[in-house]
Amino acid sequence: MLTVTVNGQTQSLDVPSDTPILWVLRDTLRLTGTRFGCGMALCGACTVHLDGQPIRSCMTPISQAVGKSINTIESMENDPVGQVVQQAWMDEAVAQCGYCQSGQIMSTVALLKNNQQPSDDDIDGFMSGNICRCGTYPRIRKAIHRAAKQAANAPKSTANQTTSDLQALFYEVTA
Amino acid sequence: MKDDTQAPDTLLLANVSRRHFLKGLAASSAVVLAARWDLVQAESDKNKAYGADAMPHGWVDNPNVFIALSDTGEVTITHHRGEMGQGIRTSLVMVIADEMGADWKKVRVEQAIGHEEKYGNQNTDGSRSMRHWFDPLRRAGAAMRMMLEQAAAQQWQVPVAECQTDVHRVVHQPTQRSLSFGELASTATQLPVPDRQTLTTKKPEQWRYMMRQPKEFKSTQKEQPLAVDGWDIVQGKALFAADVFYDDMLYAVIARPPSYGSSVGSIDDKAALQIPGVVKVIAMPTPRQPSGFEPLGGVAVLAENTWAAIKGRKALKIEWDNSSAGDNASYDSKAYRTTLEQRADTRGKVVHKVGDFAEAQKNAAQEHKANYYAAHMAQAPMEPMAAVVKIDGDRAEVWTSIQNPQAARDGVAKRLGLKPLNVTVRCGLMGGGFGRKAKPDYVYEAADLSKAMNGRPVRVQWTREDDLQHSYFHAVALEHMEATLDKQGDVSGWLHRSLAPTITATFAPDPEHQSAPEMAQGIRNMPFQFPSIQLETGEAEAHVRIGWFRSVYNIPHAFAIQSFMAELADKAGKDHKQFLLEQLGAARQLNPDPKNPVWNYGEDLKRYPIDIERCRDVIEKATEEAGWGKDMPANRGLGLAFHNSFVSYCAVVADVEVTPSGSVIIHRLDMAFDCGPQINPDRVQAQIEGAGVMGTGIALMTEITASEGKIEQDNFHRYLVPRINESPKTIHVHQVNNRLDLPPGGVGEPGIPPVAPAICNAIFAATGKRIRTLPIGNQLAS
Repeated sequence: MLTVTVNGQTQSLDVPSDTPILWVLRDTLRLTGTRFGCGMALCGACTVHLDGQPIRSCMTPISQAVGKSINTIESMENDPVGQVVQQAWMDEAVAQCGYCQSGQIMSTVALLKNNQQPSDDDIDGFMSGNICRCGTYPRIRKAIHRAAKQAANAPKSTANQTTSDLQALFYEVTA
Repeated sequence: MKDDTQAPDTLLLANVSRRHFLKGLAASSAVVLAARWDLVQAESDKNKAYGADAMPHGWVDNPNVFIALSDTGEVTITHHRGEMGQGIRTSLVMVIADEMGADWKKVRVEQAIGHEEKYGNQNTDGSRSMRHWFDPLRRAGAAMRMMLEQAAAQQWQVPVAECQTDVHRVVHQPTQRSLSFGELASTATQLPVPDRQTLTTKKPEQWRYMMRQPKEFKSTQKEQPLAVDGWDIVQGKALFAADVFYDDMLYAVIARPPSYGSSVGSIDDKAALQIPGVVKVIAMPTPRQPSGFEPLGGVAVLAENTWAAIKGRKALKIEWDNSSAGDNASYDSKAYRTTLEQRADTRGKVVHKVGDFAEAQKNAAQEHKANYYAAHMAQAPMEPMAAVVKIDGDRAEVWTSIQNPQAARDGVAKRLGLKPLNVTVRCGLMGGGFGRKAKPDYVYEAADLSKAMNGRPVRVQWTREDDLQHSYFHAVALEHMEATLDKQGDVSGWLHRSLAPTITATFAPDPEHQSAPEMAQGIRNMPFQFPSIQLETGEAEAHVRIGWFRSVYNIPHAFAIQSFMAELADKAGKDHKQFLLEQLGAARQLNPDPKNPVWNYGEDLKRYPIDIERCRDVIEKATEEAGWGKDMPANRGLGLAFHNSFVSYCAVVADVEVTPSGSVIIHRLDMAFDCGPQINPDRVQAQIEGAGVMGTGIALMTEITASEGKIEQDNFHRYLVPRINESPKTIHVHQVNNRLDLPPGGVGEPGIPPVAPAICNAIFAATGKRIRTLPIGNQLAS
C-alpha cells in the first residue's frame, strides 16, 4: 500500500509503484480532469502539483508522491489562485476543445504562485511546456495577465480568504 | 469517486440522456414534456442538389426533435453536431434559444446520440454546422415560440395575436398578464407543430444572443450566453472519450503494423501476459487495402488498467510481415518528393483549360516557373482517440468522441450483425478533431475487442505514438506553377500542375490523381480569370492512409498560388497588394464554368458565388489594419496572402522578423475574415485566432516524414507543433461583411490556408529569400 494525499484526502493505493501518477489519478481514483496527451512529459496536458510544484504526472511514478501531497484541477476551485485563474479563463473565453486546459490552468497557477506579475517572456518560458493544438495561446496570455492583475488587486491575505470572499471581490472588479 | 462519470448502465435508446439530465436537477419533480418527433417528418429529402439538402439525412427543423420543456421552466435543447473546440455546442443552442425566447440561464444542453434519421446530418466536418443548420434551427426555435404563444392564447381564451414572447414567458399584451414557459409547457408540447410556411422568425434586432460580441453583454452581465462547457472545462469536469468508466471494463492498447498494409507474422506474448493486470492478448485481423474506416490490425493487449496495457504492449515481441504491404513497406517521403518533382516536369491530366498556354508563352514578355512542396502532417488532436464499446445481446453501446457518430453507429452495427438502431453511440466532447475523428476506425477496434471478450466493455486507448504513426495523414503535395506576364505586367497565362495523393485512395482503388472536389480546393475555383489557364493533376500514388486535415488540399494549393502570385508581382515590379487587386479585377460574381460547374463545397454557386468583391474586401481590410506599405526595420517584413475556401474569405498580413541565426519571429498577424453573418462572433474570432496558430505551425515546423515504410515521428519531440513561445505575439482578427443578407459561410477551416503563404511572403520581404518548401524548418539557418 502506498499512501499519498490527493486534493487534501489521504489515499491508500494498491498499485505498482512504477505507475505514473496520471494513471493512478485517472484509472484508480477516477479523477479524470487530468488529461493524457503524450505520455512523455512533452505536452503538459497531465500537469498536476506535487507539494505545490508543477509536474508532468504522465512520467512521474506514484512512488515519488508517497508521503506527499498531489493537487489536481479538481481542487483548483478551492484554491484562491486557482479560482482567480479559472475566472480569468472564463472572462477571456480561452477554451476551444478544452482538452489541454486543465494542464494550462495548473501550469498558470504554479506560475502565478511563483511570479505575481509575469511578463510576456516569463509566460513564454513557463508555459512553453503546455501544447494547445486549437491555438488558444493568445487568449491564454491575456487570461494570465488578467489573473495576475486580479490577484494583485486582491488583499494580501488571499490564502486565508474563503471562496465567497473571493467571488465577491471578483464581481466587484468585473461588474 | 465521481458517480456522474459512470455511464448509465442501460441500453435503452429512448430518453436515456434526458433522464441523466434530470438526475442533475435540484428539483427532481420536474417533468420533461416532449411531443413525439416522428409525427412531423422534415421535408428535407425533396431537393437533394446542394447544401444541407444534399447531405445524408439532410436537415430537420421539427422543434420536438431538439427542444424539451419542463414544468419547472427548464428548457432542454439537444445538440446533435460534434463539439471539437469550434464552440458549436454553444452557437447552435444559442440559435434555438434566441429564436424561441428562452433565458440562457434556464437552458440545459444534451448531446444527441448518433441518430441521423431523427436529427438530420450529424457528420461534423467541412465547416458546415452553422452553414447548414442556422436556418433549420431558427425555424425550430420559432415554431416552439409560436406553440408557446398558442398555448397561452388557449389558456387565456384570447386571440394569439395578442400574445407575445419576451424572455422565457409569454405576455398578453392588452392586459400584461404573463405565463412562464414552465406554466405553458404541458399545453404547448401537445400542440401541433405549425406549418413551415406560417413560421415567423424574429427580426435580428429582437435577438438577445446572436451576432453579439461578449463586450455588448457587459452592462447586463447575467444575460451573457456563456460557453455551454466553459466551467466544466476550467474545472476539469468536462467529459471526453476516456472519461467514462463502465463496470468490469477492460483497457486496451494496440500495437499496429508499422507500414500501411503490413500484418502480424508471429507474436510472443509470454512477457506481456506476466505483467500484473494484463488479461489477454488478441491478434486483430489485417484489413484488405484500401482499408477505409477499417482498423489497421495488429495485436491488442487488454488489461485491468491503462498502464498495465501500455506496459504489456511494450513487452510484446512481434514479427511483422511486410509482404502484404507491397511498396508501402519501403515508402520514403524524401525519395517520393524527388519522384513528384520529376513527374512535375511532364504534362499531367488536364482538368480545366481556358485559352492556350503555349500561345501565351509565345507572346509573353516574361515567364516564370516554380515548384512548391508541402509535407505530410498528422492532425494530432490533443486528445488521442479513445472509444468504449459494450455489447449486450442484440444491443451495443458506444462511448467515444467522434465527428461522425452515425458512421460509427452503422459501422459497429454492421460488423456486429446488429440493427443500427440497436447501437447507441454516445458522444463526449472531442479534445480536438481537425478531421482525424471523422474516421471511426478506433471505435471499430473497440467493437471487435468487446466482441472477442463476449461483450465485456472494452476501452481502446490510442497513445500519442499511435496517433502520429497511424494517422490518416494530410497529403504530401508538389505544386508546379508556370505563368506568363504581358508587357503591362499582367498575368496572361497560368499553368498549375498539382501532384498529391488523393483521399479517394483510402477508400477505393487508387486513382493516383486528385479528385474534382480536391482540385476545387483552391485551384479549380481560384478567383483569378486569366486569359489562358491550364489546370492539371499529376500522378501521385498513396503509400499511407490519406485523410482530411483541417482545410485539406487548400493548404498546399493556397501555399503555391499565393506564394507564386507574390513572386509574379515581384517579377512585374508591382506592389503585391496592388498586383492581387489588379489580377482579381473588378468586383463581380463568378461561376467559372457554368456548363461544368466547379465543386463549391457542396453549395449552389448561385447562392454562394465566387465573389471578387469579397476577395478584395478582405485584402483591403487586412492590409489597412496592418499598415501595408509602412517602413519596416531591418530583417523584418510584411507578407500578404488571401484564400477563399468553404465559401468564406480570409486574407492575412504577417509581420515577420528573421533573426541573424535564421529563427522566425512572428510579431503580428492581421486576419481579415468574411464568412458572411457571424452568428457567434466571439467563437468565429477564436477559430480564426486558432487558425493563425495552427497555420504558423504548418509554415514553420509541422511535418510527418516516412522512411523504410515507417513514420519517423512518434511524439511531440519529433513532431513539432507550435508552442506559446513560437506562436504569433499577437493575432488581430477583423470582421468583414458580417451581414445577414449573405448566407453563412464556413468558419472552422478557412482561416488556415492563407497563413503559411503570408508568413513566407513576409520572409521574402524581410530577407529576399523565397520559401518553396513547407515546413520551413531550418531552411533559413545561417
